[in-house]
Amino acid sequence: MTSVAATAPAHGAHHAPLGFWRKYVFSTDHKIIGIQFLFVSLFFLLVGGLLAMQMRWQLGFPGTPMPGGGLLPESRASGGVILPEYYIELVTMHGTFMVFFAIMPLLVGVYANFLIPLKIGAHDMAFPRVNMASFWTALLAGLIMLASFFVPEGAGRAGWTMYAPLSARPDLSGVTLGQILWCISIVVLGLSSVMGSVNYITTIINHRAPGMTWFRMPLSVWALFITAILGVLALPVLQGAAILLLFDQTIGTHFFDPVAGGQALLWQHLFWFFGHPEVYILILPAMGMVSDMIANGSRKPIFGYHSMVFAIIGIGFLGWIVWGHHMFMSGMNPTLGSSFMISTLVIAVPSAVKVFNWMGTMWRGNLRFHVPMLNAVAFVAMFTIGGLSGVFMAATPVDMQIHDTYFIVAHIHYVLFGGSLFALFGAITYWYPKMFGRLMSEPLGKVHFWLTFLFYNLTFFPMHVIGMGGQMRRLYDPTQYDFLKPQQPMNEFISYSAFLLFAVQILFVVNFLWNLKQGKKAGLNPWEDNGLEWSLPSPAPHGNWERPPTVYRGPYEFSAPEAGNRDYLPQHEKLPTDREPASATAPAAGH
Amino acid sequence: MTHATATADLMRPPFPAEPGAGVYSNKLGMWVFLASDVMFFTALIGTYIILRFGVSEPWAQPGTVLNVPLTAFNTFLLICSSVSMVKAYAAIADGKKYFLRTIPGTTRRDGGLKFWLLVTMICGAAFVGVQVYEYIKLVGHGFTPAGYREGSLLAEHAAADAVRYGAATAGLYGSTFFSMTGFHGFHVTCGVISMTYLYFTKVLPEKYSSQDYRGIEVIGLYWHFVDLVWIILFTIVYLI
Repeated sequence: MTSVAATAPAHGAHHAPLGFWRKYVFSTDHKIIGIQFLFVSLFFLLVGGLLAMQMRWQLGFPGTPMPGGGLLPESRASGGVILPEYYIELVTMHGTFMVFFAIMPLLVGVYANFLIPLKIGAHDMAFPRVNMASFWTALLAGLIMLASFFVPEGAGRAGWTMYAPLSARPDLSGVTLGQILWCISIVVLGLSSVMGSVNYITTIINHRAPGMTWFRMPLSVWALFITAILGVLALPVLQGAAILLLFDQTIGTHFFDPVAGGQALLWQHLFWFFGHPEVYILILPAMGMVSDMIANGSRKPIFGYHSMVFAIIGIGFLGWIVWGHHMFMSGMNPTLGSSFMISTLVIAVPSAVKVFNWMGTMWRGNLRFHVPMLNAVAFVAMFTIGGLSGVFMAATPVDMQIHDTYFIVAHIHYVLFGGSLFALFGAITYWYPKMFGRLMSEPLGKVHFWLTFLFYNLTFFPMHVIGMGGQMRRLYDPTQYDFLKPQQPMNEFISYSAFLLFAVQILFVVNFLWNLKQGKKAGLNPWEDNGLEWSLPSPAPHGNWERPPTVYRGPYEFSAPEAGNRDYLPQHEKLPTDREPASATAPAAGH
Repeated sequence: MTHATATADLMRPPFPAEPGAGVYSNKLGMWVFLASDVMFFTALIGTYIILRFGVSEPWAQPGTVLNVPLTAFNTFLLICSSVSMVKAYAAIADGKKYFLRTIPGTTRRDGGLKFWLLVTMICGAAFVGVQVYEYIKLVGHGFTPAGYREGSLLAEHAAADAVRYGAATAGLYGSTFFSMTGFHGFHVTCGVISMTYLYFTKVLPEKYSSQDYRGIEVIGLYWHFVDLVWIILFTIVYLI
């Protein structure tokens, strides 16, 4: 027994110094891998944003030459005017890059990697080399997707949902290689996601530090755990579907082509069976990290910790039985539609539990409006709007009116940009010191936050209105319909707001890059938080802890009387009244 | 057992830690991966079920296009490989690292890890070989992922007896058959490659012992899973 305990730390601590390549490029350190994901996915976020700007130009000023449009080949922009074929390419790739290569890796790739071992007191992931492979396959997938812009005929043109038969038959979409590369990229990305998720699940189950019981885990770790379960079960379905689509495109199978006996609706079922859990993959980690930031900014324990955990689990479970609400208008059986409507409406319950708990946490708290807190509060507000518009479209009769309009576009941007991306701005600022050892600038961060918040709302809120006015999503030119012409000034307004929204992100880029080297040095615990990661130097060393830390309490013990003069009580600090956690007994011999 | 207490027992969960799943991480990771693989095959098999039962025209009857006896033999091979995998696992759990050894006092010989894992690898490779042979024959007869090739033997049969050969659904039949069995074959191939790798890097150098045989247990889990998937596929693709 004693000898087992004595040898145990040997497999984590005391890492030999590594050369540049092993340390920063082919690294197996979960923190470096998280940082690699951060840079790569911020790059793809920029790519996705640039695509959106071109779309906004076309929607605001259809038929006029786009500034810089002359740089594009004639096949895409004739005399600088965006062609319809290029516009649908922009729509497809904006969705694809933002969902698969920006938000998803930012939330899961960056923060699952970076936070899980630090927050549960592990030396690293359970499988560090698999983790490294997960990053490199994700990068490969992104590069394949990026390459599809540069092949003949350009990138995919069937929308990010790749509805068949448009996606399955090159004679319909006009694109052969671009569609094939889309499928290949998604299959490779699925591989990366599964490798990552297997790692996260195993690490959380098996590698928690002594005393880190399930219900002492920070909500960010809970959310990432449930997200990893969704990822491990949902991504293979998309992979399978993408492979079948690839076969339709290349070796002449007929899965999704109705002319040859296949079923176009089957693609929609497969895609959304993945796609709806994916929606929660894109929001649950944000919810978890926001919970951490709000408790910190309110200097109060999170309100209703257990209900928060069960809400995450509930959302994760319900996410599997609602995919049909994307297909109310597809010709699916209406009876099936009503059961999907009910299950979708039920999801509002755990979501509302979380929103009320966040408000309950802030209520009468000793609020500190630092940049992460501001972004987290914006998350709650924007997620509430996006969640409520989600209830609109969950109701089948309403959805029939607003289906495939800009109302949907407004909804998804309220949850994905207003929700996930605001949470990410907060999270990047919050954990920046632990990644790079320096703080981001607080005044610059606040200016960036307020301008982003303003222009974000000016961009996306009017989309609700023009959507109810009947403007279709993916529409190339709103002025081609008389009934949409009166809304054109609104479209112009949205475009101006979107350009400004894009422009103010320069503040974020400057704040991020400048402070890598010039920022104020952060101490161990710049936010005065309780999490285990704040007991480590900034940046945290390879291997994290010399000896695994011991955990004595939950992560949200703010303003606890027993902490004395401080208003926080770190998880690893032992008070005289604390008992050592019962050491996990080695299981009996045998299997 | 003095040796076992001198080092951390790797067959157990990491220690010290909170009670986890009660198994070491490699095994837990493989279980989680298998859950994801279940979902992958669910997508393929679900597609098959929806397409097959969604068409009104008849599907090709069992045994008309596919060579069921040959594949039954192949199924037997794969089940045998699962048995030999269990024997390999049991052998190393008892510390039998050797190939074959005569049991003292008898003329019978007892197989160790090196023997039984080799048998598993050979059975797995033979399964893939038979499947490749089957594919070549099928394509030769005119059965392709796109349906019955025009002018082929099968296309003639189908023209003569549209019901028995499922002439109207041949495209879906080919699509689903080749994707499901193909991906299963890919999984078997991956398994054989992994076992070959383990055989040369761990088994032959005798790195496994009765204290630590994690690699064998983990690859065994994968192998039994692949076997189980095949039994489902054989039933729903070949027999019904």
